[in-house]
Amino acid sequence: MAELDTSGGGKKGGGKVRTKKKSTRVDLTAMVDLAFLLVTFFMLTTTLNKPKAMDLVMPDKDIKQPLDQLAVPESRTLTILLGANNKIEWYRGLPGKFIGAPTTDNFGKNGIRKTLIEIKQKIFEESGGKPMIVLVKPSDKSVYKNMVDIMDELNIAKVDIRAIVDILPGEIDLLKRDSNY
Amino acid sequence: MPRVKIPRKSTAIDMTAMCDVAFLLLTFFILTAKPRTDDPIPVDQPAAAITTQLPESDVAVLTVGQKKIFFGVEGAEIRKQTLAKMGEKYKITFTADEANKFAALPTFGVDINSLKQFLALSADDRKQYVQKGIPIDTTDNNQLFDWVKQSRIVTASLDTKEMKVAIKGDSKEEYPTIAMIIKVLQKQKVNKFALITNVKTVAK
Repeated sequence: MAELDTSGGGKKGGGKVRTKKKSTRVDLTAMVDLAFLLVTFFMLTTTLNKPKAMDLVMPDKDIKQPLDQLAVPESRTLTILLGANNKIEWYRGLPGKFIGAPTTDNFGKNGIRKTLIEIKQKIFEESGGKPMIVLVKPSDKSVYKNMVDIMDELNIAKVDIRAIVDILPGEIDLLKRDSNY
Repeated sequence: MPRVKIPRKSTAIDMTAMCDVAFLLLTFFILTAKPRTDDPIPVDQPAAAITTQLPESDVAVLTVGQKKIFFGVEGAEIRKQTLAKMGEKYKITFTADEANKFAALPTFGVDINSLKQFLALSADDRKQYVQKGIPIDTTDNNQLFDWVKQSRIVTASLDTKEMKVAIKGDSKEEYPTIAMIIKVLQKQKVNKFALITNVKTVAK
């Protein structure tokens, strides 16, 4: 016990039976322990429970003026196709006018993250300091997680110019050809 | 040499003040704690390394899973007025009791035509009830579109703030469902939204 009996019982003297004066103090140690335990619990649960979110900005879709009309410099464009089974296929250039062959890739630090950083650097050097443009095209077979993952990878690689665009039929064929669909 | 006698002191500390402080803090944390809202369907959120904090008010959350969409907006007063506006639009009158019940509902996913029956259920029955999700299609006038639009109008008039739309999706949800929601949101010029994620660290 944290509290020692300091009330010093009083000497027994005389024959009178006296009721002992008891200390009114209560041992609060256990109560304080419990209170702090609960405080800690509530503190941790309230601060850790706040939902975290990733911001996503979509290109403004004007129905009168389709997005396809926006000219994208092909030499600086990287298109990422999201296929089935967590597969990624990417190519540089425009559909039909590839710069290099389309490549199948995986998620993860040795997959798309490495690729993004390498290509970003390459495009930066080739174009004389201009940034890379990334188009993400999720196919119907891809899942929500793939989309979040690829946006996260783009955030990690600090690629600011990116957009989620609808996939073209030719690109679905490309995914099918490489058995990623 | 005479021995110096050290008077024996009590080891007891007065815990009263400490106890007071502890309970004061405890009360504060209990009162500020928000009860965790249960999702109507199990949602396994994907994780992302780079995230921002989601605001606690003026936000609508669309929970997506198993091809169903659930809608919820923060704030009891906002919910109440949104319901009233939706009732106006769909020619359904909700009683004050129903409005109060709706205000206590963090998230729901039923057709507005069966919302009355859904609200009439007890809290336990409501958990058992299989919610079909809010109807959505590609036309301009689907219910999700209206729910989001009306809640945006109400939020703007009550809090004079733009409502943020957050999507809480299941990892395994197929992309077309998400694409449909995004299309609906973009139709009302909501081009910025938040995807609710877990936090992970970047593997170096």
